[in-house]
Parts: sequence; C-alpha cells; structure tokens
Amino acid sequence: MPLLNSLPDYVLTTRTDELINWMRKSSIWYMLFGLACCAIELMHTGGPRADIERFGATPRASARQSDLMIIAGTLTLKMALRTRLLYDQMPDPKYVISMGSCSNCGGLFQLAYSVCDGVDKVIPVDVYVPGCPPRPEALTEGLLKLQEKIMTERWLAATPRAAGEVV
Amino acid sequence: MYFQFAVALALAILALVVCALLIGLQKLFAPNNPHARKLMAYECGEPPTGRAWINFNVRFYLIALIFVIFEVEVAFIYPVAAVFSDWVRHGQRWFALGELLIFLLILVVGLAYVWAKHDLEWVKQIPD
Amino acid sequence: MEPLTIYEQLKARCPESVLETSEKKPDPFAVIDPAALLDVCRYLHDDPELAMDCLSNETGVDFKDRIEIVYHLFSYRHRHGAVLKVKLPRATPRVATVEGIWKSANWMEREIFDLLGVNFEGHSDLRRILMPEDWPGHPLRKDFVEPQEYHGIATVRESPIVRLDEHRKK
Repeated sequence: MPLLNSLPDYVLTTRTDELINWMRKSSIWYMLFGLACCAIELMHTGGPRADIERFGATPRASARQSDLMIIAGTLTLKMALRTRLLYDQMPDPKYVISMGSCSNCGGLFQLAYSVCDGVDKVIPVDVYVPGCPPRPEALTEGLLKLQEKIMTERWLAATPRAAGEVV
Repeated sequence: MYFQFAVALALAILALVVCALLIGLQKLFAPNNPHARKLMAYECGEPPTGRAWINFNVRFYLIALIFVIFEVEVAFIYPVAAVFSDWVRHGQRWFALGELLIFLLILVVGLAYVWAKHDLEWVKQIPD
Repeated sequence: MEPLTIYEQLKARCPESVLETSEKKPDPFAVIDPAALLDVCRYLHDDPELAMDCLSNETGVDFKDRIEIVYHLFSYRHRHGAVLKVKLPRATPRVATVEGIWKSANWMEREIFDLLGVNFEGHSDLRRILMPEDWPGHPLRKDFVEPQEYHGIATVRESPIVRLDEHRKK
C-alpha cells in the first residue's frame, strides 16, 4: 500500500517528494527536551524575540506528537537511557538537533563521572549546534540547516538503502 | 420537499472527503516502522510500571451524572424558549410559563438534594 | 548566643559526648561522639534557650583516614547557629539518622549515602538520590574508580584535539 521507496525516478516523483519535504520542513514540531542551561536559550528561541515558530516549529511536550528532538543541555548517564527510550517512542520521520557543547561532546563536564559525553552515543544526530549556550540565532540557523537536509530527502523513488535502514 | 438541508449535506460530504484524504495520504506517503519499543506505553522516558486499569474515584462519575441531567434539562428548555412568542401571541403566556416553571421546579428539587448531600463539592469534609 | 557558649552549655550537660571544640574563629565547630549524636541533637532541638529548629545543611567529607559528617544547625527563634562534626571510620561508616528531629535530613542523608556510602541507621528511605539506582560505587570517595561503561555507553570520549594534533603531524 505505501508508495515509499517503490516508484521510478520520474519528475512527478521528484516533485511529489519536494512537496512532501516542503510540508514536513514547514511544520517541524520539536519536543521540549531542555536538560540544563541550553534549555533557557531554547525557551528564548521559542519566545517572541527570536521566534522559531515563524518557521513552523512549535513546542510539544510529548514525544508522540513531535518530529524533532532538540537535546538542550548536559546529558547524564542516568538520563541517557531515558533519552534513548524517548527517541525510540517518537514516530517516523524523526530528526535530532544536538544543541550546545554538552550534548555535542560532553562539553565542560566531559571528565565528570556521571556525564554522557555527547548525545550521539545514544541516538543518531542530524545537526550539531555548537555554543555554550548557542544564541537563539545559532539555534535558528541549526533549524534552517535541518530544513535544508529535509529537502534533500527522497522518499518515493526507489533508491538503494543500506541494510536495516528504515524508510 | 425544501432542500434546506443542502448545506448540512455538503458539510457531511466535505467531512468524509477530508478524513479520507488525510488518512489516504498518510497510508500512501508516511513511513511506518513499528517496533516493540516504539509501541510501548508512553511514560515520559521511564519504563512503564503497574497496570493501566486503576480504580477511578467515584466523584468523576457523580459530576458527570449531575451534568448530564441538567444539560438535558437545558436542552428541553431551548425549544420552549424558541416558540414562546407564538404562545404569547395566542394569549397563553401564563400557561406556558407555568408549565416551564413546574418542569424547572422538579429539577430544582433534585439540585437541592445534591447540594445538601455535599455532592457538588470536590473535596468532601469529613463530619466531626 | 555565641557558638562557643553553646558548646560550653552542651559540654556542661553531657560532658563525655563533646570530644573537642575548635578554637575561636568565625565558624567554630564541636566534634561529637557518634554514639551520643542523637542525644545531643535532641537536646539542641528541644532546649528552649538553644532551640535549634533548622538543620540548614548536612554534608560529608572524605579524609584519607576517616569520613566526617558535618551538621550546620540554626535557630530561627534566637538567630544563632552551631556546627557539629562526627568522625566515622572509613571501613564501615555508620551513624544514627537525625531524620526524626529535622525532616530535612531525609534527602541530605540520602545524598551522603549516595555519594560517600555512609549508612544512616534508622533512616526511613535510604536509597540513591542523584546517581542511577544501579550505579557501582560511591563517587565522592577519594578511592573511587570511574567505571569504563554504563549500560553499554562508554564513559570516555576521544578528545578531538588529540586527533587534530595527529592530523597536523602528518
């Protein structure tokens, strides 16, 4: 029944792909996953001055209703297990932005015993936004980069996929 | 037969078409990768514990019951109010008002009983 | 009331509990015998002249040869404070809980248990509060060795600077 990854590469499938990608990138709802100080900047990015909602990104509290997970803050080992579970419970297609030094690589607390050095040890990341904390403008640029990445995705045309890659 | 319900029919057809479109497009174009961890009960990241069927407090049932009774009462008052002017024109306004007041009075007795039994309070005080 | 005066009064009431008091300094402390700790704390809390109704902080210190538990007490009625210390052997550190006197000791003692491994006898809910439930060891001890991995997640990360230096040497 689904047409994913099954059609030949005609201009109609490409245009439909672009349409689907445009629809997805223009309403990319992010899950509020503020763990530490980057959460304040995440709130500011969603606030009135550096409004991320003009790009269609509105905050959702539940993993089930979101397609983007912005890891904002230090990830401890205790939280890393729960992050993996929450990522698994998000519906496809899902994306991850790692915001700030702590979720990119452990950041300032890399040598601590309880810190997971980087969120990409537990979940696959699409865009890394460096900063401590990144300014709202920086996070907005990260979101725009993610939107560019979404526009390059091909769903309908039958492209060779790696073994085990989900469509 | 006056086709005054054409608008309602158009609305019904539109509702069906929109729902079919949304679900159909989703079946065609959306990825679907269910696996065990994705289908788990959602509990904000913690592994879920305990049963989902728990004892519900009876207050919810009580409030819902009282609401339904008085909602139906209001629903019966609306048509009476709509044609009240006709009754006035026929000179029977006191008769109509009296009937309505008797209807209301029966239900006000019920309201007084519920009020006196403290069933309208969410937190009932324990009697000393 | 000066803290040293408080310690004098305490020593007068139960002389063998107060092992030593520090010299006169801005924050003097008194070292209490662990066995008499509950007695001393209950006296400090109940006596109307002292009335230490607030345990503002309880923390632990790991020295190489002992573990010390430090109690910072404060009285809202008389606006004076006191500092008590208890010295415990490092091998089996255990002391009575003061949760029965000050409720705030509940979480503070859980934290000391979690990070230093001190067993509080009589505590209603002694379990880890900061680290995960299945974490091995007590992190703030001086001889704590960090585990290499936790549930499959490696606890070290290769520094990008190391890789950059190697890349530059090529």
